[in-house]
Amino acid sequence: MIHMPKYEKIWMAVGTGSLILFLIVLGIMAGTMGLNPPDGMETTVEPENVEASAPFDQPGLKQIGPNEYEAVILSYIFGYKPNQITVPEGSTVHFKITSKDVVHGFFVPGTTTNLMAVPGHVAEYTQTFDEAGEYLFVCHEYCGSGHHLMYGNIIVEEKM
Amino acid sequence: MSTTDLGVEGGGEQAALTDFKFDRKDSRLVMAHLLFSFGAVFLGATAGLLQVMQRSGWITLPPWLNYYQLLTAHGVLLALVFTTFFIIGYLFSGVARTLDGKLSPAARVLGWIGFYMMAVGTVMAVIVILTNDASVLYTFYAPMQASPWFYIGAALLIVGSWFSAFGIFAAYINWRRTRKKHSSPLFAYMAVATMILWLHASLAVAVEVVFQLIPWSLGLVARVDVGLSRALFWYFGHALVYFWLLPAYIYWYVNIPQIVGGKIFSNSLPRLTFILFILFSVPVGFHHQLNEPGIESFWKFLQVVLTMMVVIPSLLTAFSLLATFELAGRSRGGKGLFGWIKKMPWKDARFFSAAMAMLIFIPAGAGGIINASYQMNQVVHNTWWVTGHFHLTLASTVLLTFFAISYWLIPVLTRREFTKHLNKLAIVQAILWAIGMFLMGGIMHIVGLQGAPRRSSYATYGDHELALTWISYNQVIAAGGVLLFIAILLVLYIWVNLLYFAPRTEKTIEYPVGVVNEQAEHPPKILERWSVWIGVSIALVLIAYTIPIYQMFMHNPPGSLTYRSW
Ligand code: HEM
Ligand SMILES: [Cu+2]
Ligand SMILES: [Cu+2]
Repeated sequence: MIHMPKYEKIWMAVGTGSLILFLIVLGIMAGTMGLNPPDGMETTVEPENVEASAPFDQPGLKQIGPNEYEAVILSYIFGYKPNQITVPEGSTVHFKITSKDVVHGFFVPGTTTNLMAVPGHVAEYTQTFDEAGEYLFVCHEYCGSGHHLMYGNIIVEEKM
Repeated sequence: MSTTDLGVEGGGEQAALTDFKFDRKDSRLVMAHLLFSFGAVFLGATAGLLQVMQRSGWITLPPWLNYYQLLTAHGVLLALVFTTFFIIGYLFSGVARTLDGKLSPAARVLGWIGFYMMAVGTVMAVIVILTNDASVLYTFYAPMQASPWFYIGAALLIVGSWFSAFGIFAAYINWRRTRKKHSSPLFAYMAVATMILWLHASLAVAVEVVFQLIPWSLGLVARVDVGLSRALFWYFGHALVYFWLLPAYIYWYVNIPQIVGGKIFSNSLPRLTFILFILFSVPVGFHHQLNEPGIESFWKFLQVVLTMMVVIPSLLTAFSLLATFELAGRSRGGKGLFGWIKKMPWKDARFFSAAMAMLIFIPAGAGGIINASYQMNQVVHNTWWVTGHFHLTLASTVLLTFFAISYWLIPVLTRREFTKHLNKLAIVQAILWAIGMFLMGGIMHIVGLQGAPRRSSYATYGDHELALTWISYNQVIAAGGVLLFIAILLVLYIWVNLLYFAPRTEKTIEYPVGVVNEQAEHPPKILERWSVWIGVSIALVLIAYTIPIYQMFMHNPPGSLTYRSW
């Protein structure tokens, strides 16, 4: 139907072929290795009342297994509750995050923890902290005049 | 104008320098759009300069002006206003040029209605940005609530642009009526395709603004569905970037071949390219929401796959353009494998700026693939990498192409000469832009990989070690920003000259439109059967969006109240 010169056919075949291969790799990583970006289908009560019911009535860090923690974090204009958590090196942390007002972000540079705190929804992500150090987390979704003042720390302590 | 089996290529069949004069009425319409867009560039770039200096700690802003106010103005004026006005002006010019040499009266009236609606909308929005009643950035995410005037202004801008789209459709339909057997000229075809894409995508943001945000900001309803508003915004948001890119492609495909003394390589593949953009621009919005709750991973992944389909038209375009250039260079005596490159008109800013734009598009496009790559997005989402990315794509590739267009379009309108001197300045402009952008956009990519968030005023994050290294990178970024601002002053100088001071001339001023290569086959009729493609496009949207939107209604949290957090 549409004529293509030979070189163009080769060009398109190689290009499209690599694209398909690439998408298959991404798909395998997602499907069989469970490497998906943060999500979460759980919803909350009215965002402004979210502190009245579990789990956001008691935000904070909770140990749920050997080396395993759940971090429930509430974001608000312009801060996080709690804004500091401390875990031992090698811990796996399950984050559960929401916002009680506007949309905020929760991003830990140097890791793949990068999620959106959307009011009414609970964003979830799991991260293992293999290296000790003082990690920063920042709000990276514009939320108002104090957006750049909204941050906290994750302290990953060295194992003795 | 001549007619052949290939259809009428809008005067281009005669090749060579066809002098073209616009009807005065068309000329005024095109000029109004261009002038408005130039004003937006100047104001937007001024905001950009202040931002980059503030964020690097060079200056502090006076109490009556804050960073996010500037950033809102910058985003709105450059991403929404400048682009839309320039694109519509350019498309009207080319439609007039290639369809009978002038616009139909209906097209003109629709064009003016669109212009005034968009202009009034812009003025409204800018006023409330200046009074700090709308510092919500150009994405205006709920539940931050701007003044109703901001949303009403946005609605006028969008709906106004639909009138312009109908104006372009009117001119096209008018031409087709008498020439059913021909395929339409490439320029007009592409203008129609661009506007179909725009209409489809902007419908969603119009729904968001008119049915969600305006009633809510007027206090008629108390709560807003945040998840739905974001989904509607991004249904529009990615197609928006192709709405910027496609006019640049039109210039590359249709006008540049004439400037380099070559021919349009194929009459079908460029049309296919535009059709693929119509199909794959909308059902992909979730790639901007990969890290959000409320959307299941499966649907995010499906939309990532659909997003990547854009690689296909991009490969087609790269091949077509290189083939056009190579054939042109060889016909001018270029020898050997790369000899043709030397034969390109590098000293002609109408080509040079666009060539720079194309070169920058190579790394810029590669960056885009990384952004859309599902898991990889977690490393870069909402960091300054993203800002670097669209300063390469939009603020370099698209912008420099539009500048190249202005260097001949203004002269055709004003009958003033783009003198050797101005041409030289324009080349310096493009080089300065490339250097400035290498520093600003390039380093934004690097500091983004180190974690620096986008959309952020100067901050040290409690003097955290990492945040302090970001600030040292920012020094280079700011230096780049200053170069960019100087380059903007340079282009303004060129425009003012072309508008008011350059010598008037009786010489031929070319509105370049390429001729299709004689060997190119007649485009298959199906490519011009728009209803088919609109149908396929809607089907893809239904596949990609029905279930996740249904889930948004099923897992629907109570909406959000209003917040003014600035
Ligand atoms: C003088 C030249 C320019 C300078 C110095 C400049 C500077 C900046 C800076 C520093 C930011 C990021 C602020 C942040 O994330 O904290 C930004 C954002 C942006 N710029 Fe530019 N820019 C320039 C030209 C342009 C042009 C020509 C365009 C488009 C045609 C453009 C489009 C944008 C957009 C869409 C944003 C994002 C706004 C947002 O995140 O809400 N810029 N610019
Ligand atoms: Cu924030
Ligand atoms: Cu996108």
